Amino acid sequence: MTNLLLFPILLPFFFAMILMLFPKKILAQRILALFALGSTLIASVTLLIKVKTDGIQAITLGSWPAPFGISMVSDMLSILLVLSSTVIAIFVVWYSFSSIGKERESFFYYPGILFMLTGVNGAFTTGDIFNMFVFFEVLLMSSYLLIVLGGEKVQLRESIKYILVNIISSALFVVTVAYLYSVVGTLNMADISVKITQIDQPGIITVIAVLFLLVFGLKGAIFPLFFWLPSSYAAPPIPVLALFGALLTKVGVYAIMRTYTLFFTLDQSFTHELLMILSILTIVAGCIGALAYFDVKKIIIYNIIIAVGVILFGASQMNEAALMGSVFYLIHDILIKGALFMLIGVIIAITGTSDLRKMGGLIKSYPMLGWTYLIAAFGLAGIPPLSGFVGKLLIIQGGFEAENLWGSIFILASSLVVLLSVMRIFIYAFWGEPIEITPLSKRHYRGLFTPALILVGISVLYGVGSEWLVPYMSDAANVMLNPSQYIQAVLGGA
Amino acid sequence: MEIVMSFVIGFLFMAAVYLMLSKSLLRIIIGTGLLSHGAHLLLLTMGGLDGGAPPVVSPGVTDYADPLPQALILTAIVISFGVTAFFLVLAYRSYQELDTDNMNLMRGTEDHD
Repeated sequence: MTNLLLFPILLPFFFAMILMLFPKKILAQRILALFALGSTLIASVTLLIKVKTDGIQAITLGSWPAPFGISMVSDMLSILLVLSSTVIAIFVVWYSFSSIGKERESFFYYPGILFMLTGVNGAFTTGDIFNMFVFFEVLLMSSYLLIVLGGEKVQLRESIKYILVNIISSALFVVTVAYLYSVVGTLNMADISVKITQIDQPGIITVIAVLFLLVFGLKGAIFPLFFWLPSSYAAPPIPVLALFGALLTKVGVYAIMRTYTLFFTLDQSFTHELLMILSILTIVAGCIGALAYFDVKKIIIYNIIIAVGVILFGASQMNEAALMGSVFYLIHDILIKGALFMLIGVIIAITGTSDLRKMGGLIKSYPMLGWTYLIAAFGLAGIPPLSGFVGKLLIIQGGFEAENLWGSIFILASSLVVLLSVMRIFIYAFWGEPIEITPLSKRHYRGLFTPALILVGISVLYGVGSEWLVPYMSDAANVMLNPSQYIQAVLGGA
Repeated sequence: MEIVMSFVIGFLFMAAVYLMLSKSLLRIIIGTGLLSHGAHLLLLTMGGLDGGAPPVVSPGVTDYADPLPQALILTAIVISFGVTAFFLVLAYRSYQELDTDNMNLMRGTEDHD
């Protein structure tokens, strides 16, 4: 089965097309969407096992020889990301059953999610820079649909800004690809890496590296380019927000990690230094935002920005410990952000507001929700047995090994701010004087809370079982450290 | 030839940036149109403008224009066409709902939409 690595892309695409045929039959939509995601999950797990045993999987479509056709490459980093995106999509769909509402469900909500997963999985798997642009557009177009679906005033207003920013960054992506093509004359990522090594990275390649940082930084919300994210993400309903928060910025982060470990490795004193400075500033900006707001959505949204900074700091260190830490932290962050957005969605559904100052005393009526939130909050901050710990530990170790003392101290300090910001939600919403609430029906509450609870459970397992995951993470870091493995897998003996 | 094209593309980008920084939503959309126009012309120019034959295999011709940038542009054109169509309808909807096309009035605070 050489085509196995295409299944996580093709399965959601195929079922999304089928789902478009009967938008009004909601029950069939729900069942088929879950079935599509389940089969995608099975394909991803099979692929993960295959990549673990046989090494990097690569295929060039249409049996063309490698640099001439479009290559799809699945190394450990991409398959881990594909797997965790599929898991998040399953939980978001499950959570949507009881929260998104019939009107949205009958207007192509599930096809939108499946098309977005197609784009995300494709962007993680592709080995061709222009194909990556196309998959970016696939996921962005679906995200335009999901962010505006429902047509409330705030959604219309914010999606205009979101779309405008993304149109500009897409045009910049095209421009950057044009420059790169005129310098190296190829689009295949492995071939680009070979050509850049041959011409020994002249100044123009460094300029292109910074342009790529600009493009992917706009998608992934790094320091001066994160301005669009907080208000746009606060607009759509909670399950869409969970999907965006867990996946969309991570695609930009993945693209930065991929290009900076595969293409631009020769002038690291400039490019990786710049990446490191920007990632530290990203952490600082995110910390300020996370402490400034009394709105639960905004607090978690600014935590996305902090996490992007932490992951990119690890990626900029270019040693094994830090890169492994980045991969650990990337997957952890996808899981925990999904879980946290679902949990605050439950809190908002119970209290009917997202303002912390109007909440209080929920621990008396919903103790289970409170303690689950506390575990998720500790996981986010990186308290040892939980999932955020190992990644951050390795990133800091890598930072010390590369002698970036101050950067590592910033990461440690940011953990405290993260903990403070999420504990504020716990203290305001769960302690204190109980407020008047109209209790949710048991069935509605269970429908919202169960997926969130299981996702928190998965993230706890991820933390406890990190010993068992180390071989996978070190495989992913190894491919990033030695691009020759990647090139070998795509181009053969070249 | 590439120099002339570079100047033209630079002018298109300049006009696009100017329009996208203005207040009216329709001007902004016109700006995005000019921006994608500039990006597509840049792809064509960066592929080289050395005056070969059109990339259709025909007997006796040895020098063709590079076919790859043309395929890339065709892809980018339909994508930006789709996005622009969506954006225009979105602008129409928000004009109906929000009663304004002035970006300065589309601010919204925590208290009111």
